[in-house]
Amino acid sequence: MPRHKAVAGAALVAGSLAGLVALRRRSARRRDRVDVYFEDGSMVSLADGAPEASTVLPLARRILETTRN
Amino acid sequence: MDGAQALSDLTEISSQIQAAIVLDADGSTLATTVDEQRGPEFAQAVQELLAAVTRASGDEGGTLAQAEIATGDGSVFLVRDEQRTIAATTGREPTVGLVFYDLKSCLRGFSEPKPKPRPRARKPKVDEQGDAAA
Repeated sequence: MPRHKAVAGAALVAGSLAGLVALRRRSARRRDRVDVYFEDGSMVSLADGAPEASTVLPLARRILETTRN
Repeated sequence: MDGAQALSDLTEISSQIQAAIVLDADGSTLATTVDEQRGPEFAQAVQELLAAVTRASGDEGGTLAQAEIATGDGSVFLVRDEQRTIAATTGREPTVGLVFYDLKSCLRGFSEPKPKPRPRARKPKVDEQGDAAA
């Protein structure tokens, strides 16, 4: 019986950790975006997943990596 | 203002800015905070990013003034004027308005001419004839 409890406890901890990791990844992905401001005062926001942002975001990640290494 | 000094002031004023570079209209580097080894790669990537952002927002029709590219690892900021572009990196979730303000101020520092020294006030001439007559 104690063995069953230990397995259940381990499964609970593992599940919680997996959920936490998934949640963090999801929230990090939601932060990824491109906000462009124009001279006339207008602004456009391109979210991650938008085709226009697909070339911009990898370049920004490359710049962050270059300047930090 | 000296370019290196302007960027040094920028990183001193804004603790959020980790690295920065100023490019001329033709893409040449005017000043950067990163070392000589990584400078060219940084400049090249910023030029590519600027082109990609311009392309990505091309249908909107306006002229690009500034941009923030936010990722899970940090943000990259771009600010342009008629002649130059400044790019800077920050950590995650920066104070966007403050970073833009600091970058614009820094860019203005490159545009403004050096203040001329004020001319000294002349000493009034002593009227020698008047003195001799008296």
